[in-house]
Amino acid sequence: MMGTGNIACIFKREFKVYFISPIAYVVIAIFLVLSGWFFFSTFFLYNQAQLRDFFSLLPIILAFIVPTVTMRLFSEEFNVGSYEILVTLPVTLRDIIAGKFLAAVAFVSIMMAPTLSYAITTASLGDLDWGPVVGGYMGSVFLGGTFSAIGIFSSSLTKNQIIAFIVGMVICVALTLIDKLLFFLPGSLLGLFEYMGADHHFQNIARGILDSRDILYFVSLMFIALYGAHLVVEGKK
Amino acid sequence: MIEIKDLTKYYGDLCALDHVSLTIEKGKILGLLGPNGAGKTTAMRILTGYLSPTTGTVIAKGLSIGDDMLAIKKMIGYLPESAPLYQDMLVFDYLSYVAEIRELGPDEMIARIKELSDICGLREVMHRSIHELSKGYKQRVGLAHAMMSDPEILVLDEPTSGLDPNQIVEIRDIIRKIGREKTVILSTHILSEVEATCDRVVIINRGKIVADGSTDEIKKSSESEYSLSMKLRGADEKRAREILSPVDGVSEVLVEGPAGAELSLRLTCDTPEDIRDRVYRKIRETDWVLLEFRQESKSLEKIFRELTKEN
Repeated sequence: MMGTGNIACIFKREFKVYFISPIAYVVIAIFLVLSGWFFFSTFFLYNQAQLRDFFSLLPIILAFIVPTVTMRLFSEEFNVGSYEILVTLPVTLRDIIAGKFLAAVAFVSIMMAPTLSYAITTASLGDLDWGPVVGGYMGSVFLGGTFSAIGIFSSSLTKNQIIAFIVGMVICVALTLIDKLLFFLPGSLLGLFEYMGADHHFQNIARGILDSRDILYFVSLMFIALYGAHLVVEGKK
Repeated sequence: MIEIKDLTKYYGDLCALDHVSLTIEKGKILGLLGPNGAGKTTAMRILTGYLSPTTGTVIAKGLSIGDDMLAIKKMIGYLPESAPLYQDMLVFDYLSYVAEIRELGPDEMIARIKELSDICGLREVMHRSIHELSKGYKQRVGLAHAMMSDPEILVLDEPTSGLDPNQIVEIRDIIRKIGREKTVILSTHILSEVEATCDRVVIINRGKIVADGSTDEIKKSSESEYSLSMKLRGADEKRAREILSPVDGVSEVLVEGPAGAELSLRLTCDTPEDIRDRVYRKIRETDWVLLEFRQESKSLEKIFRELTKEN
């Protein structure tokens, strides 16, 4: 199982690097300010002890934030040229992608961890139903993972981090809003687009319902995006 | 040890390597020489798995780059041109990262990093961030990175570029030392480097091998041409041409210096035999004073220029 050793190596490096640069802290701060402000600005109006508003806004916030986390993963390596060193070390491209992906997912999860305090605050104010909260956080990890995979794919396309960010963000936002933008379509088609949209599946999980179809949706999107990155990088040879 | 078979690489329409075949023996230092864009880096990148060839293959120790790339990568240490290391890591962290990927145990890793820091002179910068380092130090970290697992094959793309003269001598010594047991392939623009370090030289131009052999062999192969340079007092250009051109074996008389009291001449000779006697006797017939008289065989630089001349 030497593959897992290499994945762990790459994961460790990428994860460490996030916290060496100040960008990580800036991204975490922006995320917390945005999500906190959106959540608490209406929280007391409803006078209900629940996090549904927080989780309904989370997908669109993540669609903007996650691509900033992933944009450097390949683009920077291509730009600096360190990719040449990485790929000539005895590691496979699969291990490289897996390591970078896991580092991004871990970072996104840590970024969301402080929002657990919202749940604790809410629980202290009233009777909080923990089912949807647990579901919401599980869904967030799936959604964060999917957006990370898409971000890695867009980062593999270019050595320009800004382009990588924009491409990744556009795909993530499109996936989040697709069913809301196409409301004028006939019902039967809308169902299809709803199934394609990430938000629909996320909200299912966030309701506390773990359906294999939703999980399958996220897992297959991650796989497709990461496989796409593999093809793109391999094609550069 | 390494067999390059009929290697061709196209970048779009541009042909970077054109049916190159080469066999490299174990325990030799091979120097790849060539002008910019000749295909040196491309060849190295294919061997190390960064690029894949359009056609042809490379076999290293019985393993081919198509099927067993991972195994080949394990026995190759590679320093890419200008050492593009991760800028945001400390030198020590970077070397431990490489050691870990190279599957060195924790004790072995510390010992090896210590050893390499002595060899490459990295002791003072071990805990500095890589982006703070000068080009020479980056190059040394890159060299340490390439040698981490004590690989059987060391591929170095312009290993001494950016180093000061003292460092160049040091690095050359290291390379020569490694080259006694391991196979080293290095590319360079610096011709004296090839003469100083390499057992064998391959000159590449426009994706093709134009010369292959030891530096002496390459020099000898084109030694049928040499030149005589001389300095004469009291001679004028016209008469010098009249008198010296007809000498058997002289193909061309070139005036190098200003035609004043002293005239500098270069005679190009197109025969392997020694014609110094004849030239001297001719000069003795005149009233010129011979101040200097020297036979010059072609330098590697000249051979290089001729072989890689753009038409």
